[in-house]
Parts: sequence; structure tokens; C-alpha cells
Amino acid sequence: MSLKKVNPEQPKSFEFTEKSKNIAEEILKRYPEKNKKSAVMPFLYLAQKQNNNWIPLAAIKYISKYLSMPYISVYEVATFYSMFNLSPVGKYFIQVCTTTPCLIRGADKIVKTCKEKISEKENQISKNGKCSWTEVECLGACVNAPMMQINDDYYEDLDETSSAKIIDSIFKDKILKPGSYRGRKNTSPEKVKTINGTDHA
Amino acid sequence: MLKEENKIFKNLYNNFGWELEKAIDRDDWKDTKNIISKGKEWIINEIKTSELRGRGGAGFSTGMKWSFAPKQIGSRPHYLVINADESEPGTCKDRDILRFEPQKLIEGSLIAGYATGAHICYIYIRGEYIFEGQRLQTAIDQAYKKNFLGKNACGSGWDFDIHIHYGAGAYICGEETALLESIEGNKGQPRLKPPFPALVGLYGCPTIVNNVETIAVVPTILRRGGKWFASLGRPKNTGTKIFCISGNVNSPCNVEEEMGIPLKELINTHAGGVVGGWDNLQAVIPGGSSMPLLPKKTCETIRMDFDSLIENQSGLGTAGIVVINKDQDIVSCMARIARFYKHESCGQCTPCREGSGWMWRILNRATKGETTLSDIDLLEDVTKQIEGHTICAFGEGSAWPVQGLLRHFRKEVDKKCSNDPLIKKKKDVPYLIDQHLLEKKNA
Repeated sequence: MSLKKVNPEQPKSFEFTEKSKNIAEEILKRYPEKNKKSAVMPFLYLAQKQNNNWIPLAAIKYISKYLSMPYISVYEVATFYSMFNLSPVGKYFIQVCTTTPCLIRGADKIVKTCKEKISEKENQISKNGKCSWTEVECLGACVNAPMMQINDDYYEDLDETSSAKIIDSIFKDKILKPGSYRGRKNTSPEKVKTINGTDHA
Repeated sequence: MLKEENKIFKNLYNNFGWELEKAIDRDDWKDTKNIISKGKEWIINEIKTSELRGRGGAGFSTGMKWSFAPKQIGSRPHYLVINADESEPGTCKDRDILRFEPQKLIEGSLIAGYATGAHICYIYIRGEYIFEGQRLQTAIDQAYKKNFLGKNACGSGWDFDIHIHYGAGAYICGEETALLESIEGNKGQPRLKPPFPALVGLYGCPTIVNNVETIAVVPTILRRGGKWFASLGRPKNTGTKIFCISGNVNSPCNVEEEMGIPLKELINTHAGGVVGGWDNLQAVIPGGSSMPLLPKKTCETIRMDFDSLIENQSGLGTAGIVVINKDQDIVSCMARIARFYKHESCGQCTPCREGSGWMWRILNRATKGETTLSDIDLLEDVTKQIEGHTICAFGEGSAWPVQGLLRHFRKEVDKKCSNDPLIKKKKDVPYLIDQHLLEKKNA
């Protein structure tokens, strides 16, 4: 089970913006009338998106009232799932996959790059306040290992140099193209047989 | 090798475009109305003839599962739920279907929904697949525009709606009952079975839960006939399957192949061989991380299908093949998998919640060479105590890889046990002896 830290500093109140409210009403239409509770996960996502990628306790309270659920049930959901951030993360939130298929292709080097460039510890916001990183479990792109996710995008087939390049450019608010960094098409087999720069043909 | 004409997923690498028009060019949505007009019985029988087995890991007969749904729709509506919560390490096949063959999935959902009496379908996508979810939503919108979905979907007289529900990074939500809990707005903790979801599922209503790949192959099977599908592969293990080959291979890739293809052929022809040559192979995880690994000796001859792998004390699972060569430390590879299971255990059953932590801690110490031989026996004992003592199959999933390691690589693990200061090798020492006296200098 993952442990989650709730941020000590919390905003006093939270409310959906007009735009979020409209989306929320759309979401509610997907589920049967008497099962409004189903919308709790989409609502938490909505709150997270509205509040700089993290969920304050006030938002949990707000959602529990919105869906007429007990506060604890919403809290339970927010703490159970690893993608709901209960403390602030960087504007660019980097998730590095380190599960076995990525590990054997050199994910530890990506972690090293993150440690050098962003912060020594996971979930610490970098000195320039733009970035934070964390190790995560399998992101489901094992064929394109090693890989990392920055906000919504997958960066695949990485090595030390390319990951350093990606991190450097997001520091300058320039977002590079997601996808494979060895120039291959999606999950098709490659013709060039190099792994981490060395020839294995 | 699978002939090009027998491939179901022709656009696996997006060489031809994923849009609706392009998909129609590849024969998607052809005769769908005709197929549905033949009736539920015909569809289910045809799927039974094809001997299609679920592609999500358990390998249960799909036709059989569909026939469990009540024949008549009673006071409770039926639901179809599609499991796109793909998080098994080593597996990334559903991602390609969601990105590049979404129409196959949508068409399959309509047919499956009709066959099981469901008007509403929920597709549960893992939260990290944001882009894939958006792509699927676009594809669904395109299908709505063409009246392939909605009221009187595709002219079949059946009303059908599809909604996407995002997960949020919990591996356990790939278990069908945990997935239903998650859609209902709870923590994703599995339910006791029975009752099975086919009778009491989502919101207490009859629900059929299927994997993305299972649903996506259905339209092609019905168009080309169950007999065609059954003619591929081997009896009881029929059809084609997407294999994900990752790890120490020269060109890792996803590839669609016939069931029962020899593992060696699969790795050599499609993935460019093992890094450092075939002789450099150490072990292969054949079906996603929860299946026990195979040593090189078995890899020489093994065929990739459900039954041959079970005979070799492993399983096909999701067909996520992770190749590990001799440059890797096998113990640390498995320790990382144990850490995955420790992180992802939902915490409901004690044997799994505590046991997964035990396994990780012992294996982690083993990689550093800080274990004693009795620790390894303890580890084996722990795996036995998890297996079969939990609500869902997660317990087995976490215990089997460690058991596989101990079964085939006991020597490698034992070599790591340098910390054995008191009890000498495998000596049968009574429990309450003054152990410090065994050490010569203390005597």
C-alpha cells in the first residue's frame, strides 16, 4: 500500500469554478441517478486539475457535499489511489517507471538524472520551483522501456542523454515532443539495434 | 509465422491511421447489422466454436462467460464493463488497441453488449493512459456521429451507450470485482466470489467484465467465422494473440502472432534475439510479472499458449514477455517485482498485505547479501502462506514469481546468503539452543 502525506498547509475553502461545474454536471449524466457516488473519482480529478495538480482537504469536503457522501468515503478514495496528489507537486510532474522491465533497460540511470537535475529526494520541488519527480510502478509501456511520464505525456525509449535533454528543456518551459526518443514508430520492432548507445547487433 | 491475412490487428503500429474512415477501409463495422440480426444465441455459439479464451490473464472461455448472463432482462439492467486497466508489468498490448484500433473495440462492445443484454458499457481505463483515453473518446464520438452508437445503434434496433471511466493508478483495479468497486466510487478492494459479477456485479446488476483484447477480436471472429479462429493455434488454445516482448532483447516490440508459437522463434524472429545472443539468456517471465519465470532450458522448447505454460508450472497470463539475460542480477529483478506487489496490495487480506512486505524485505536483503539460509526457507514458507489464502488472485500473483525464483534459481539465491554467522549450512538446530555457543570463539 502506498503511504500518502497530506500537506500541512491547506487552503480554507474550495469550490468548483463555473467551467468545472459544467463538466461535473456532464460527468454525472454518465452514471445512474441513484449511483451519483460513482462520480467521485472523476470529480477528484477535476478538483486536482483546477487546483494546480493537487487536492486540498477542502476539495474533499466540497466533493463529499456535492455527491452527498460521507467525508470519510471521499477521503478514503483520495488516499487509496496513487494518482491523487494530496500535497503540491511541481508544475511539471515527472513520474519515472522503475518496475523490472524498465529497470533492466536502465531506469536507474533516469532516476540518477532526476536526482542530479531536479532534487535529491522524491516529491521535492526543484530549486527553480518548476519540477518534481517520483518513482512509480509500471506505467504500461514496457516495450518502450525505459520511460517517464511528464504531466500527461509519455516519453519513451530514453537514456541518460535524452532524459537530461528533456528535463533541461522543461526547465525553460519548452515542452519537447512526447513519444519514442530512439526515433521508432510506436511499438514496432526497430531496425537499428542499439541499446543505451552501444551496438548490440 | 502468422500470415498477414490472418492478422486481426492490422494497424498495431499505426501504419494506416486510426480514424473511423480508415478503420472502415480495414473492414471494421462491415455487416455489423447483419451479425446482430442473427441473434444472441448465434453470436454466443459462434464465440464458443472459436474457443476464444479471455485475454486478460485468467484464460476463461469467453463464450461461456457470456452465456452466464441471465437470458431475460429482469428488473435490473445488465451492464458490460471493459477492463482497460492494464498495469501488469511487461504488458502494453491494450494501449495499442486503444490508440490505434479503437473502432474494433467499440464495435466489439456493441456486439458483446447485445449478446449479453447490456445497453450501457463502461470502459475502465487506467488513469495514466490519459492520451489513450482521449483518443478512445474521439473514436467514440466519431462512431456516435455515424449512428454506430446511441439509439438504434448501427441500425440493429439495440440502444447502446459507451462511457469511459478513468482509474487512478491502482493495479488491483484490474481485478474484475475491484474494478466494479472502483466504478461504484469506492476503494478498489476485491469482493468475495460467489456471487459472480455475471449475476451480481456493477450496482448489484448482472455484469459481464472482459478484457480489451478479448472484446476487440470479437467482430473479426464473427465476420470470418468461429471455425477460422479455431483453425489457428492449437486446440483449446486457439486464435491469435498480441505478445509484448520487452527486457533484454535487441528490438523490443508488440507483435500479433498465432497462439502456441515457440518462445524461441518469437524472440528470435520478432524481437531481434536476446542481447548478447541466445546463450546469454538467463530467464524469461512469460506472462506478465505475476507468472513464475522460466529457466533457459525450458525456454528452448516451450510453446506460448495457456496449456503448455501451465504444464511447465507457469502461465500465459497477459502474454507480456520479459526477457532477462545473464548481465542482470536475477535476485534484484525479482526483488523489484516483490516491491511492486508490496506497493500495490490493496490491504484487505492480511496474508497478502503483510506477506508482500515480508517477501520484499527478505529479497531486498538478499540482493545486498545480508540474508541467512534460514531466511530463504522462511521466504518460501511466506509464499505458501499467501497463496490460496486471499480473496482475489493478487495473493497468487505476488507469491508465484518468488516461488518461480526459488524453484529455478535457488542456487543463485543461496549464493547471496553470506550472512550465516551462527547456524551453519542447513544444520538442523533445535529451536531453543544457545545459538551463540555454535560460534567457535564464543564456546
